Amino acid sequence: MSKQLQVAALRNGTVIDHIPNEKLQEVEHLLQLDKLPDSSIMIGYNLDSEQMGHKSLIKVSNHYFSKEELDTLCIAIPDATLSIVKDYEVVEKRSFEMPTELTDIVACSNPMCITNNEPMRTRFHYLSDKHALKCHYCGKEVDVNHVKFAK
Amino acid sequence: MANNSLVSIANLTGEQLKYLLAMGREFEKRPNRKILDGKLVATLFFEPSTRTRLSFETAANRLGARVIGFTDPKVTSSTKGETLKDTIMMVSNYADVIVMRHYLEGAALWASEVSPVPIVNAGDGSNQHPSQTLLDLYTILQTQGRLDNLNICIVGDLKYGRTVHSLIMAMRHFNPKFKFVSPKELPLPEEYKDYCREHHIDFTECEQFDEDIIADADILYMTRVQRERFTDLMEYEKVKDVYILQRKMLGKARENMKILHPLPRVNEIAQDVDDDPHAYYFQQAKNGLYMREAILCNVLGITLDDIVADK
Repeated sequence: MSKQLQVAALRNGTVIDHIPNEKLQEVEHLLQLDKLPDSSIMIGYNLDSEQMGHKSLIKVSNHYFSKEELDTLCIAIPDATLSIVKDYEVVEKRSFEMPTELTDIVACSNPMCITNNEPMRTRFHYLSDKHALKCHYCGKEVDVNHVKFAK
Repeated sequence: MANNSLVSIANLTGEQLKYLLAMGREFEKRPNRKILDGKLVATLFFEPSTRTRLSFETAANRLGARVIGFTDPKVTSSTKGETLKDTIMMVSNYADVIVMRHYLEGAALWASEVSPVPIVNAGDGSNQHPSQTLLDLYTILQTQGRLDNLNICIVGDLKYGRTVHSLIMAMRHFNPKFKFVSPKELPLPEEYKDYCREHHIDFTECEQFDEDIIADADILYMTRVQRERFTDLMEYEKVKDVYILQRKMLGKARENMKILHPLPRVNEIAQDVDDDPHAYYFQQAKNGLYMREAILCNVLGITLDDIVADK
């Protein structure tokens, strides 16, 4: 089945494409796909891809993810693409751009940071020149490729 | 931040720093006033720091405010698992301003986000200690007559020294020349060297500490090389006596040069230096009172004009 057909087969929902195969499980976990009882979910693994050789893809019907949920994917799968489908049409297609600020997505790596010792939301600022995240509270910087998720 | 808290030195402009220093100058002229009469200052020390607490409480008392608080978190609800937020919300019902010291980094910023009254950070872990930096700046201005274009030689533990990092950030407005002198185990972290480069701050680094290194300094800022910072105790033994300032090393020093130290000192400044006219660390500590008076007034909305007009 071609990619176009797979996307077109969805009436309403979200398609996340160009997921590296090894990231598929992580993405399933981050989006908590097991907690969407009203959605049909199709997962394609090891599909042929011109750009990537092989890729994975997730289609979720009747569900649009929140900004916070999608922000987690900026870190996990920065090169993937997101399509929003409404009435069989792709109404929005974009890559995952890193936001300037991430709220409650990443955990601080500093054990002495207040965010690791108090029930509160984490906040990080994205430093594009270093491709790093800086903790709003303790100031500790961490490379985006080495972050831990808050949940 | 809805209120007027003082959490970090990093975001203050050069003008804001000079404004606070000008307030401190008024309190040096006359430290005892009733300008905070009727106000209540809470000092919450989640880790002990007798020196800083006494300085803040003296500042509050000399301005006519009353003081509540705790000095030992063991007697508070935080040992029962109360969150910092809950403690701050509770105390903000009583006090007009909260001065807090905490062992966790970012604690003061978090408190300032939840508190309806201003927070003054009296140290949060190894992160920020803005009142120390302000008193350092005040002392530099007081002894040199200016903040601009000074040669500042900083000696000792530059890796973990919180006061050193904050001083570098605060001085960025004033075109300083830094000389960083440290053992190779405790150099200035790369992020602060990057900070200097980004802000076009001139600096050199060296391990050697002798009278030639000091010769062109306007300010000699000493810090302690602590044994517990070394993973290799042999290395500590090698360098422990190298970074001790002796009076005989001051022979080539500039006349205007002053020796500062955030205190407490252990042995990094020999006792015989105390009587030398270059020694200034005890006066520096006294300036903490004036700057903490300025900080309390500023966060409570009292202006420099109000202080000048207060006869």
